[in-house]
Amino acid sequence: MSLEDLYREVILDHYRNPRNQGRLESPDAVAEGVNPLCGDEITIELNFDGDRVTEVAIEGQGCSISQSSSSMMTEAIKGKSRAEIETLTGQFRDMMSLDGEVEIGLDPERPGAVLGDLEALQGVRKYPVRIKCASLGWNVLQDALDGGTRT
Amino acid sequence: MPTDLSHLKADFPILSNGVHFLDSGASSQKPIPVLEAMDRFARTSYANVHRGAYQLSVASTDAYEAARERVAQFIGATDPREVIFTRGTTTSLNMVAFGWGLEHLGPGDRILATEIEHHANLVPWQMVAKRTGATLDHVPMSDDFRLDLAAYEQKLGPDVKVVAVTGMSNVLGTMPPVRQISDLAHRHGARVVVDAAQLVPHSAVNVQELGADFVAFSSHKMLGPTGIGILWGAMDALEETEPFEGGGEMISDVTLHDATWAEIPHRFEAGTPPIIEAVGLHAAIDYLDSIGMDQVLQHDRELAGIALDRLGDVPGLHIQGPDDLIDRGGVVSMTMDGVHAHDLATILDEQGVAVRSGHHCAKPLMRRLGVGATARASFYVYNTEEDIDALIGGLRRAGELFGVGS
Repeated sequence: MSLEDLYREVILDHYRNPRNQGRLESPDAVAEGVNPLCGDEITIELNFDGDRVTEVAIEGQGCSISQSSSSMMTEAIKGKSRAEIETLTGQFRDMMSLDGEVEIGLDPERPGAVLGDLEALQGVRKYPVRIKCASLGWNVLQDALDGGTRT
Repeated sequence: MPTDLSHLKADFPILSNGVHFLDSGASSQKPIPVLEAMDRFARTSYANVHRGAYQLSVASTDAYEAARERVAQFIGATDPREVIFTRGTTTSLNMVAFGWGLEHLGPGDRILATEIEHHANLVPWQMVAKRTGATLDHVPMSDDFRLDLAAYEQKLGPDVKVVAVTGMSNVLGTMPPVRQISDLAHRHGARVVVDAAQLVPHSAVNVQELGADFVAFSSHKMLGPTGIGILWGAMDALEETEPFEGGGEMISDVTLHDATWAEIPHRFEAGTPPIIEAVGLHAAIDYLDSIGMDQVLQHDRELAGIALDRLGDVPGLHIQGPDDLIDRGGVVSMTMDGVHAHDLATILDEQGVAVRSGHHCAKPLMRRLGVGATARASFYVYNTEEDIDALIGGLRRAGELFGVGS
């Protein structure tokens, strides 16, 4: 495992040019989270059409891992139903799992085929203290989904 | 001729694997004499202190009280009773905030802290302000990373009852002029509480010359064990401080409804104290004294100077703190354009360099600096220029990985 595996170009690209940055005009759900240990921050806003996420916006500050993971997440969840997002979140958490036995279902022959850019975060698993960085945005997403509609 | 302490590294077993340990500001490593003193004491002389009528307890009590006398001598306290053993700096500062503050603060009173404080000398005062109705004000940092002393003088007034200030910033490395700050505060009748967690381990401190009323520091940052800290208080200040914790060891007499306090310092040491740790701290002070605290400060400062010189050549790197060595210790905080502090710390760790990254329990200061986090290298007696070589190498590697300056 080398630092190049952790800091892959796609991660650095999302870090430098985060996707879906900003705020929504009148979001249906909002959640924010801070990692109190390191101070990383993410705010997520969602709009729904029925069960489906139609718009997502994030704001935050923090390290390349927390910010790129959140950026990739926004791309991955847009247009997806709650059930689909739940599946995706499970796959992501499996990928972050320290338990090497977990079958994460990625195809080494076709990188990106299952989880897209998010697969680039596989290397984080080898750096246990950084898993919480990669997970921050996903935890905040869960809060936003659980929080339901803000009126 | 730089201060060469490189022969000391061999005294620190944990460093034998070659780690470049640059996080002594968070906690220091322990030399063999400290480890051996605690081991020997636990094997031969340990029992609970005070009250025991048997020989082991007498031996243990003697060792515990000898540690108190050693601390008093080390910091120039005239009376060992002014040295209170606590769990650490944070507990010491809470003892002052709650034990002194709740008694002497009320509506209309002002607490004056600073913008560069560690949370340990800020949050307890916020809590006590809320409980007492006192207001909390702060001395701002000036643009040269020092306390704005003109603003401090302006903010002083008869309503200021206590001034809480750090002896050395754990982020900036700067050492505020505590003597001057104390003298000004005393003119207004205010008490002065110094967070000396970074100061005492790295600089010769004489509490008489420092001029403050309370001085708090920790053993684990000065080559001693965790679990023990010190609150030094001037006797008149301690006399107007109530015990923060009640229990055994701290009473004179107890009925079912009331109790009277033991003498100072015992009234402030409820429960079984950190006895083995006190023995370790005693050995740590002996070790530091054998080097000489002026030598320690000079050594740390020289390393900071070398680091500051060389960091200036690293592309995209910014020092968060003064770039000179005036009134500063061996703490250097940094940020790099386009590379977050946590990423710096991970990349440095891969090169065997241990630095701290984050807000360093000083979030108001981070806001003032306009950064979310910094990476911090802090130096101590066992560090050498080789550690700085490794630091610079790791930072350059980080810059390359992230394409800084390309």
